[in-house]
Amino acid sequence: MTAASPPEILRAPLVVEFPFTRSLGPVQSAFLTGLREGVVLGVTTADGKVMVPPVEYDPVTAEEIRDLVEVGTTGTVTTWAWNGSPRPNQPLATPFAWVLVRLDGADTALLHALDAPGPEAVATGMRVRVRWAAERKGAITDIACFEPAGDGEPRDAQATPHSGEFADAVTGIVAEARLDYSYSPGRAQTAYIAGLSEQKTIGERCPSCHKVYVPPRGACPTCGVATTDRVEVGPAGTVTTYCIVNIKAKNLDIEVPYVYAHIALDGAGLALHGRIGGIPYDQVRMGLRVEPVWTEGGRYPDHYRPTGEPDADYDVYKELI
Amino acid sequence: MARYAREVAVVAFAQSDHLRRTDELSEVEMVMPVLHKVLAATGLKAGEIGFTCSGSSDYLAGRAFSFTMTLDGVGAWPPISESHVEMDGAWALYEAWVKIQTGEADTALVYSYGKSSPGSVRDVLTRQLDPYYVAPLWPDSVALAALQAQALIDAGETDEAGLAEIGARSRASAGANPHAQLSGAVAQGDYQVAPLRTGDCPPIGDGAAAVILAAGDVARRLCERPAWITGIDHRIEAHSLGLRDLTDSPSTRIAAEHAGVFESPVDTAELHAPFSSQEVVLRKALGLGGDVAVNPSGGALAANPMMAAGLIRIGEAAARIHRGESDRAVAHATSGPCLQQNLVAVLEGDRA
Repeated sequence: MTAASPPEILRAPLVVEFPFTRSLGPVQSAFLTGLREGVVLGVTTADGKVMVPPVEYDPVTAEEIRDLVEVGTTGTVTTWAWNGSPRPNQPLATPFAWVLVRLDGADTALLHALDAPGPEAVATGMRVRVRWAAERKGAITDIACFEPAGDGEPRDAQATPHSGEFADAVTGIVAEARLDYSYSPGRAQTAYIAGLSEQKTIGERCPSCHKVYVPPRGACPTCGVATTDRVEVGPAGTVTTYCIVNIKAKNLDIEVPYVYAHIALDGAGLALHGRIGGIPYDQVRMGLRVEPVWTEGGRYPDHYRPTGEPDADYDVYKELI
Repeated sequence: MARYAREVAVVAFAQSDHLRRTDELSEVEMVMPVLHKVLAATGLKAGEIGFTCSGSSDYLAGRAFSFTMTLDGVGAWPPISESHVEMDGAWALYEAWVKIQTGEADTALVYSYGKSSPGSVRDVLTRQLDPYYVAPLWPDSVALAALQAQALIDAGETDEAGLAEIGARSRASAGANPHAQLSGAVAQGDYQVAPLRTGDCPPIGDGAAAVILAAGDVARRLCERPAWITGIDHRIEAHSLGLRDLTDSPSTRIAAEHAGVFESPVDTAELHAPFSSQEVVLRKALGLGGDVAVNPSGGALAANPMMAAGLIRIGEAAARIHRGESDRAVAHATSGPCLQQNLVAVLEGDRA
């Protein structure tokens, strides 16, 4: 088999989700618990600057900051950007403005969304107020968004000291994230996966050192060159080494103990791994000759079973261990 | 050259064509031709390289430890000395430069790459934000740049027409760059997040770049006119956007001071400004006058492969010195929202 044009590029949805559980320090805990209670807290730095949202260390001096203050729920837009096409997960589903808002009593600005009818209704310097979420749980999204406030509304100009103590303080958040990708495996792996669909195992040979990589990734890691020459390997192979698995994996319907082995398929320059079946676990050995067993509709071998051939000589596979 | 213990130069640079999609290529398949090109330019073999350092991001790839796959393209057997930064390759170059300064290596291969096409890069980049106060709101990269642009407009530093000119000039310059993703006349288009229009934003694409660094006489042997790194520094600012002055970039200025940018004039500036508005900020921070050729390659507005675009700025600046088109260039790379982190390098060619 030589370099043929690759099959149609494969593509599959790939979803990455990570609900990180994050703990909060005393300052972040007070701030997020405060939001739950409808109170916005900041911190005062050594030089008297009020930072909202609060940080735990002074960005200039790196000094620890713990002096909490309450600031107003109205404020002034310091800059903004009109988002005509909201993206998934953003605070509002209808067009809105991103805003940095300096709350009354604060010296720094908080990023959030502003619900406004259109960009003509937004300006730097405009007065806005917090719109609280209907249900609050101690997260930045407890502020649903900001909304325009009339210039006539009072300014709570002063930041006032606050203990930061609340009943049932929030001590952690779950920072959920989901990213959707469309994964394409590239030329070499596409050919490998396409081969599997015909129950064939396709490797690729390095033009320089002639080693056959399986599964192929398109490059020879020794020579650093593309492996373009496709080679069908197997189907039979030799167990080069193995281990006995005694721990039942979650969601895995295989009785323990079972054997997981490195298998050098005939013609391959390195071993891949697979489960060994069809033989008692304590009879698996190095040199055992095995072949793949495909299940109905399976997209890769379910396991490998003995072929019944005599064991391979150690010298034949010792380079592949 | 008294600033540092050793003379270190960029002796070769290569990059891929930057494309909207490269579905037919895995990352190693995309990177490998670039590695071959940059090695071929010096005649060095992979095994002769003293240190290898790469930059990339698992979040772009959607896979953990994705960079280990591209190591196959390097030729990492027999074992090599290697490292990786989860950042733009400009920071990988900084690590490699430090490695050479310590005397542990005389040559280094630096490469970086990013495929933005499999995911939605605007959403992916939200994951680099503060996870407590900002990331849960999913403000995308264009939105954050737009906040900065509005702050500049409010401050009278630029206006929408001025921003459009930056995009137009960049893409016109990119006409001479065969690797660019966008070149020539590009419609300014609709607002993406106002005040930024399509023309103010970088193209989303896939691409890779590689650079070879060498010390002293090795550099002179490998390259007719080495691009000596006479200064390099990088600085970061507080992550909270609300406590920064978005119209300025003090981190760029401090990095530039430490790199010696202001000690004598530069003729070329390769600035990593993915958004037109960011060029306004960087020009001010670096004190660039109208006589400096800014982004003659087209810059990030013409091709912005994530994690490679900053390294490309250093590579493009070096290539101009190699070709004799520049004697003293400043190269800049950025990372994070609204120019949060900035690296500045000064590259100089020997005068005839």
